[in-house]
Amino acid sequence: MFAYYLDLALRSFKRNRVLTVLMVLALGLGIGASITTLTVLKLLSGDPMPQKSARLFTPELNPFPAAVTLPAEKVWQNFGDLLSYTDAMNLLRAHRGERQAVMSLTGAKIAPKQPNAHPFFSDGVMTTADFFSMFDVPFEYGSGWSAADDDSRARVAVIAATLNDKLFGGRNSVGQTLRVNDHDYRIIGVLKPWAPQPRFYAVSLGGHSYGKGDAVFMPLDSALADKMGPQNTNCWSAEADMDHLQTAPCAFVAFWVELQHASDAAAYRTFLSNYVAQQVALGRFHHHDAAMPDLMGFLGQQQVVPNDAKLQTNLAFGFLLICIVNTVGLLLAKCLRRSREIGVRRALGATRQAVFAQFMVESGMVGVAGGVLGLVFAELGLWAIRQQPAEYAKLAHLDPSMFIATFVIALVASLIAGLLPAWRACVVAPAPQLKSV
Amino acid sequence: MEIQPILASLRKHKIPAALIVLEIALACAVLCNAVFMIGQRIAELHLPNAIDEAGIVDLNVAGTDPKLAHADIPRDLAALRQIPGVVAATGIDMIPLGHSSSNSNIATSPGGIFQKDSPNVAIYMFTQGGPEALGLSLLKGRLFNDDEYADSKSGNNSYVPGGHAVILTQALAKRLWPTGEALGKQLWIGPQNTYTVIGIVANVLRPNQNGGGLSQFYWSAFFPIGPYPVVTDYVVRTAPQDRERVLHAATAKLEALSPNAVVKAKTFTDIRDAYFANVRSMVWMLVLVCVVMLAVTAFGIVGLTSFWVGQRRRQIGIRRAVGATRGHIMQYFQTENFLLSTVGIVIGMVLAFGINLYLMQHYQLTRMPWYYLPASAIALWVLGQLAVLGPALRAANVPPVVATRSV
Repeated sequence: MFAYYLDLALRSFKRNRVLTVLMVLALGLGIGASITTLTVLKLLSGDPMPQKSARLFTPELNPFPAAVTLPAEKVWQNFGDLLSYTDAMNLLRAHRGERQAVMSLTGAKIAPKQPNAHPFFSDGVMTTADFFSMFDVPFEYGSGWSAADDDSRARVAVIAATLNDKLFGGRNSVGQTLRVNDHDYRIIGVLKPWAPQPRFYAVSLGGHSYGKGDAVFMPLDSALADKMGPQNTNCWSAEADMDHLQTAPCAFVAFWVELQHASDAAAYRTFLSNYVAQQVALGRFHHHDAAMPDLMGFLGQQQVVPNDAKLQTNLAFGFLLICIVNTVGLLLAKCLRRSREIGVRRALGATRQAVFAQFMVESGMVGVAGGVLGLVFAELGLWAIRQQPAEYAKLAHLDPSMFIATFVIALVASLIAGLLPAWRACVVAPAPQLKSV
Repeated sequence: MEIQPILASLRKHKIPAALIVLEIALACAVLCNAVFMIGQRIAELHLPNAIDEAGIVDLNVAGTDPKLAHADIPRDLAALRQIPGVVAATGIDMIPLGHSSSNSNIATSPGGIFQKDSPNVAIYMFTQGGPEALGLSLLKGRLFNDDEYADSKSGNNSYVPGGHAVILTQALAKRLWPTGEALGKQLWIGPQNTYTVIGIVANVLRPNQNGGGLSQFYWSAFFPIGPYPVVTDYVVRTAPQDRERVLHAATAKLEALSPNAVVKAKTFTDIRDAYFANVRSMVWMLVLVCVVMLAVTAFGIVGLTSFWVGQRRRQIGIRRAVGATRGHIMQYFQTENFLLSTVGIVIGMVLAFGINLYLMQHYQLTRMPWYYLPASAIALWVLGQLAVLGPALRAANVPPVVATRSV
């Protein structure tokens, strides 16, 4: 029976070529636009560490003087998880989590060994030993440094695959010297390609939230001792001495902690509020505010996903809705024209269910065709997005789940679009239609 | 034109009529908001910026030894000023629309920066020749004198400028002293750093919006400074046609003078284009969606009306046979479309208003000015009439003889 309905549908498409093309085109455009923007939105709002994001937390404090009466939410909107060096180090040394690290970004000037080669800047991360194990950073060669290296301010560095390719042609460069900001660092590790999207640990530290990963990683204290400056510094006193940032009333590092279980968060929160209370008693802090969002909570709070991407998705679904209404209209027009045909079929014994099924098969076919076309439009749309200047643009590719989503959306959309016409078709009474033949 | 028979026939075709109305309503709602967003973004693209945008080249010099800044900067500036075609040159801490920025809260009283409403402004610091190199346009007061440049130490390793004089943009002066005269007044950054407003210049954009949105985009303050490490960029001004040549000559000169540094040179036009690149692509996307959406709506109307005409061939024939002219038949379908469009537009306007309210709540959009509603109403009326033209003409061409066949 299904094959017969397919045949009937094909015949009907042949009879109304223009109308059929219009329906498929409209559905394809709507689906293409929705899938394109959904892919981008999914890319932007994805979980960069799905295996442990619920166990990763970043504390937020309010270091402002007593005179500043901003609500804590406002402070964290601007500061994010930026902390002062003192607080971050206190939390690091307390060692209350499974793993924890302090981090900041710096512009790393790399001077290649080759004569006449120009120095260039790449993204540098100044951090502490646990960074690599906490964020599951994959190594190609060597490994990260130890807490002892942090304490002794060892001049060691871990470099990214991209930098290793550029400087050493992809060979094992462990043991080589890297000239960073006019100081020699010994390479002890080379990473496999690693670029979490969004670059969650750097959201408050300055620079981009998406795109390629960082290039060189150095122990925080070693880099600060060599006068490498952080990318983003927020101070709360006009008398801040920028030459001695570690003791200045300025925030320029973030602190991340990995807990063994997500349920340990309550204990850590208690520890954090005790710490704040202690600092208030010492006179260092004047506000009791403290928060500790987990990774996804932090990304939500910082509104990492650009508003334009959300707006585009809303717009695309509005557009899809218009396309569906349009398809309903055209399908309806098509099937109302065929009242006589339906009358004949009903008079010859076809049940209402059979007529209903016939029309649903027909609109389902429109949906599949629209889905295929939508896929083409989505690929086209994503290609157009990759040509855009946005930092996430290069990452926009159709993934398999979106591929399936295309067909599901197309089929559901067209079946919804077909329901009304199919229902109208099956309620046609045979007698009046036959009379006028 | 009689409306009664049209209404009677529409009552018989409730569902197709409702679909046309729904399609027009949705198109109207989306169109209003999309066009409004396009308008807002185009305004953003054309934000005026009172510097010599066409004549400026920015040279970012990074990776130099900060201890040598006091000697390097005068040497570099002297070398830049020797390049033929260079009108003026200065050292500066950041560049409008350059993203990298230094900002501070400022206040009109000593303790004011801790207050909630203390404005956060961009802190531009430039060396002698700054106003000329940028092409600032002075509206009131005067520019910095030599003493003021000499007086400004790089604030004891602080991010706060050293001197005691400041020039404000018009917008910032208005924000700080909404009713009074800003010239000669005192500004504070913290209790110890105070500055006298000596000049007001036309509005200059900040390096970035710094979370403050478009309303704070002109909150810029300019401070004089000596050759200190806060200077990261050189701004060179030249005639627009000499820009490329000067850019290359200046890059080569700076690279030769500081082989250890990384020099990045850009014309200001490129900096501006890069800053607004996302806005521009959003505009194109919105325009594309609007055009495709209107096309889809128009095809929908064509499809439904064609079906309608096909179904009523015999009635049309009868009307023609009893004396209706082609014009009458045309008018019938056009009026019908006008009625449906009108209902759709009315519903669409309500929807558009609702969507705008939703966007205002969730995406910090502003209220849509009322004139967007009638504008898109007219657009959809025209679209409806154009879409119905083809099917209406076909209806008008139905010969009267159809009435006599197969009855």
